[in-house]
Amino acid sequence: MRAPLSWIRDFTPVVGAPEEIARTLSFLGLVVEGMEEVGPALPGVVVARVLATRPHPAADRIQLVDVDAGDGEALQICCGAFNMKAGDLVPLATLGTVMPSGLEIGRRKLRGEWSNGMLCSALELGLGPEGPAPAIFLLPPGAGAPGQVLADVLGFRQDVVFDLEVSPNRGDCLSVAGVARDLAAALGIPFSVPGPPHVVMADVDRPRIAVDGDAVGLCPRFTGTVIEGVEEAMVAPLVQWRLALAGMRPISPVVDVSNYVMIELGQPNHPYDLDRLEGRALHVRRARSGEEIVTLDGAVRRLSPTDCVIADGTGAGVGIGGIMGGEAAEISAGTTMVLLEAANFSPEAIAATGKRLGLNSEARARFERGVDIELAPRAIDRFVELLGPRVRRGPTADVRAASGPRPKVVLRTERANHVLGTSLSPGACADLISPLGFEVVALTPGEGQPAGGSFEVKVPTWRRDCDREVDLIEEIARMHGYDNIVRTLPERPIGGAGLTRYQAGRRLARQLMASSGADEAWTSTFMSEADLERAGLDSSVAVRLENPLDQSQGLLRTSLLAGLLQALRFNRERQAGAVSLFEVGNVFRQATPADPRGLVDGVLEWEQLGLVAVGDGVDATYALRAWQVLAEGSRVSGPAVVPLADVPAGAGGVAVAGSLHPGRRAGLVGGGQAIGVVGEVAPDIAERHDLRGRVALLLVDTAGLMGAAREGWQIRSVSRYPASDLDMAFAVGDEVTAAALETTLRQAAGEVAEVLALFDVWRDASLGEGRRSLNYRARLRAPDRTLTDQEVAEVRERAAAAALERHGAVLRRA
Amino acid sequence: MNGVGAALERGKALIAEASSLADLRAAEAEAFGKKSGLAAITATLRDLEPEERRPLGRSLQQARAELEQLSALRRAELAAQEAVRQAGTERLDLSEAAGLFAAGHGPLAERLSPPIARGHAHLVTQVRDELEDIFLSMGFEVAEGPEVEDDWHNFEALNMPPHHPARGMFDTFYLKAGEPESVLLRTHTSPVQVRLMESRPPPIYAVVPGRCYRRDTPDARHLPVFHQFEALVVDEGITMGDLAGVLESFTSAFFGPGRHARLRPSFFPFTEPSAEFDVTCWVCGGTGCRTCSGSGWVELGGCGMVDPAVFEAVGIDAEKYTGFAWGFGIDRLAAARTGLADLRDLLDNDIRFLSQF
Repeated sequence: MRAPLSWIRDFTPVVGAPEEIARTLSFLGLVVEGMEEVGPALPGVVVARVLATRPHPAADRIQLVDVDAGDGEALQICCGAFNMKAGDLVPLATLGTVMPSGLEIGRRKLRGEWSNGMLCSALELGLGPEGPAPAIFLLPPGAGAPGQVLADVLGFRQDVVFDLEVSPNRGDCLSVAGVARDLAAALGIPFSVPGPPHVVMADVDRPRIAVDGDAVGLCPRFTGTVIEGVEEAMVAPLVQWRLALAGMRPISPVVDVSNYVMIELGQPNHPYDLDRLEGRALHVRRARSGEEIVTLDGAVRRLSPTDCVIADGTGAGVGIGGIMGGEAAEISAGTTMVLLEAANFSPEAIAATGKRLGLNSEARARFERGVDIELAPRAIDRFVELLGPRVRRGPTADVRAASGPRPKVVLRTERANHVLGTSLSPGACADLISPLGFEVVALTPGEGQPAGGSFEVKVPTWRRDCDREVDLIEEIARMHGYDNIVRTLPERPIGGAGLTRYQAGRRLARQLMASSGADEAWTSTFMSEADLERAGLDSSVAVRLENPLDQSQGLLRTSLLAGLLQALRFNRERQAGAVSLFEVGNVFRQATPADPRGLVDGVLEWEQLGLVAVGDGVDATYALRAWQVLAEGSRVSGPAVVPLADVPAGAGGVAVAGSLHPGRRAGLVGGGQAIGVVGEVAPDIAERHDLRGRVALLLVDTAGLMGAAREGWQIRSVSRYPASDLDMAFAVGDEVTAAALETTLRQAAGEVAEVLALFDVWRDASLGEGRRSLNYRARLRAPDRTLTDQEVAEVRERAAAAALERHGAVLRRA
Repeated sequence: MNGVGAALERGKALIAEASSLADLRAAEAEAFGKKSGLAAITATLRDLEPEERRPLGRSLQQARAELEQLSALRRAELAAQEAVRQAGTERLDLSEAAGLFAAGHGPLAERLSPPIARGHAHLVTQVRDELEDIFLSMGFEVAEGPEVEDDWHNFEALNMPPHHPARGMFDTFYLKAGEPESVLLRTHTSPVQVRLMESRPPPIYAVVPGRCYRRDTPDARHLPVFHQFEALVVDEGITMGDLAGVLESFTSAFFGPGRHARLRPSFFPFTEPSAEFDVTCWVCGGTGCRTCSGSGWVELGGCGMVDPAVFEAVGIDAEKYTGFAWGFGIDRLAAARTGLADLRDLLDNDIRFLSQF
């Protein structure tokens, strides 16, 4: 909303520096987004009187005009327009004037004749469109004297335009008068909207207007008036000037006045050409399903029965109520009789229609925020007033739904202070909101009545946002000034328990990933089918967006994998060497009947931790080590690497087996939970992301990790007795995992095995194809004695026997 | 014609015989590549009369298409075979690696592993953690909730019934799930506040960080995916003075001493009174500069007293309890602190960017 200060001053005598006014507006919630200093308006353009017009001796498209520019002398001007005669008052741009277009006026010769300035058209002055033929802007007779500055004569002042951001609840401030009202209340200065004259001609008809019973909900009030003689309208140039300042292009007297009234009072209105209106009547009804209407912008709009149609006397649509008029019955240059509509439409209906049609207009902006239902007749009066004394109007037809009494709200001073933390007196509260138009009546305390300091407040009709006590409390706060509310802290000691175990665990996981050398990434939630398929993920289970920004972002990620691979590619394309990235974030898939019920129907959402790495020497073991750091740092009890098949597909979220290298992948468990998967990205998938070399991958279900049992805090005491180290090398088939053999050995060795670790692996021909040697070292120690050689030998035999029996692993003699 | 038939047969044989992907590539070149028999025949086309050219051209085209199709089938077969072969030859027992690693770093290790390079938590994570810590130290809890939400929690319970004009403030991504426009990506973290209030009676002192979505075309200051940090306090006797006071404490804790917060009236459907809150410009410290358009203040977020309609929706007695809430963007704060001019840089995950903090 662009509000010129001079226009605001029509309603309230505000003074002071524009910066101060802007600050006051901002602290009222009318945020000043920009401030534009205008003028002085049209310097160098003066009023001149035409003395004589003469033909140009050498040209017939221009004539010579002698004017008096104030000194009584005849000044010769060459002019391309022919609409003036001796005695007319015209605008003269004097030598040296720079026009709004940037043109500088100089003394020049046209076909041998001197021109000592330029007579101006409305367009050249910024006051209107170019007409069909060149025409000089003619001032009303007696408007001023030759030599006077044109802007002074027309009432154009140096001005400041405030560009205001009006919040959705303040429809009343989408008008200059509304802005002025708030400003006046804040500054404690008078405010009034002059009542325009209301002169009705008996011989002009009352228009025929009907509102269907089932359309009353859409259009609770509809007023209309016939105006005759609009071809004789005399609209003050100030109207166009101010419209231009407010950011609207002057079009024609009737359209300009229509816009002017809307901006000044906040009442959208619509003039119809009565002679082009079939049946010379208006009929408000619901749209028929599929009904089409061509709006003023030339577009065909398809309607539904929740939309309000303004129809002519035959029932044919001539506009979408409260949003945009139609091409039929549009005002034109030849219009002489206007049927002026000033109506009120339901904000909810306008919002719904506007949104569905994707149609924005100044009218919609106001109606969907709520327009004062009492405003329509005043808007019509003002409209007629602005058209000048020569037009004639008839009585107003007014169809309105029965409306209840104006809302009355009980306001308790005590409650206001309770919410705001202020200590305002009842009188102060009343004084703060009365200037805004709230009528405040003190209630007497008594039986069934609120305590002292309470008021019954009658809400003005333009404040449709206020129907509850808290709405009034906000008004009190606004007028009191948010800055004047004393800052305090809550009185209750807040007994917080800190982060939840889950949140603390997630933070720790991030720190562990970062401290093991990975950088945290933040990849997009949005993916295309191709993105998912490229990463080996099944896109058919992904949740789809109804209205993606574009088709390449139509799905929600089912795994962090796809985004992380893209991030790896991005970095490798920029000559990055080794890259290791991790991310913690939510992933999604369509829920199936078998899934536990989530918070939102149809969608399963869970948090995942992912890590990918690429670079020299990177392979699956890199991701494995990251897992070990994560598991150890998170104190997961009994973390283990198991065959992928032992981990349910759900643990990594959506099945990622297909994304993993078939020979280099494993499942991760610990603390009684399936936690995730580890390995390498399948070579073809890496290649599809232009990644050379092995790509390490770790995917962890964060809930699994956080839900896993933790190592206890009970310390293990340390034995004071010496240890015996026992080395054992087993020849074992490749199908037996090291983890399986280790578990067996540990069980066989029993509690005396303080450490049992794989320290070497080798293969050679002597072992045979498909077999390798796993070399373990056990450090044996008892808590209460030195172990004898006999005991050590027994451990060795037990271990060898168990390994042979369970895994066919043969203990090799050194 | 015979030439084409022979070339086709030969091509088929070559493709069938290929026993590896490398073989197949060679076979393809020979069967229908630039130097194949088919290509040689194609080269003769232009010397022919039109009536001869057309049938020959057609049969060349068919032969070529047939070979390409066969080749694609064979490629799939070979790729599957190779994947199996590769799985065998590249098989890696990850538990073996796990064991060796543990031994190398455990009590049996003879030497220390070299120090490793430090990685980095994301800038947004670091700012989020710092924000959380400020409020944790004031006794707040951290509340979280789903990113996929329903209409009730994201809009309706927050005093925005269907068609409410204020919904226009949030461009929403809807998902193809449930009824049309019933399941969406949350446009703010406020639905978590709703869930929190539904889950237990006051007192509530919570901050709510998380990822949110709005259907904005990305530009330097907006991303469709962003992170918010909201707060909710509900208790007996909470006032707007408390809101201003807590924001002031936060501002000096995060931005440093001498940095202040101020409130300006605004509108949100879920708070009343509502306010924008500004903080002392972090660039100039309040003296006025380009960042703050000379005002000395920068708008950080929105806040206000919880609207009674919200309390009613979640079943909290609005006469007994009052509360406040606020929200702002973590990404914007991170950008402001680091001088990041374009938020879109956050989307690249360039390690030269990620590893700076």
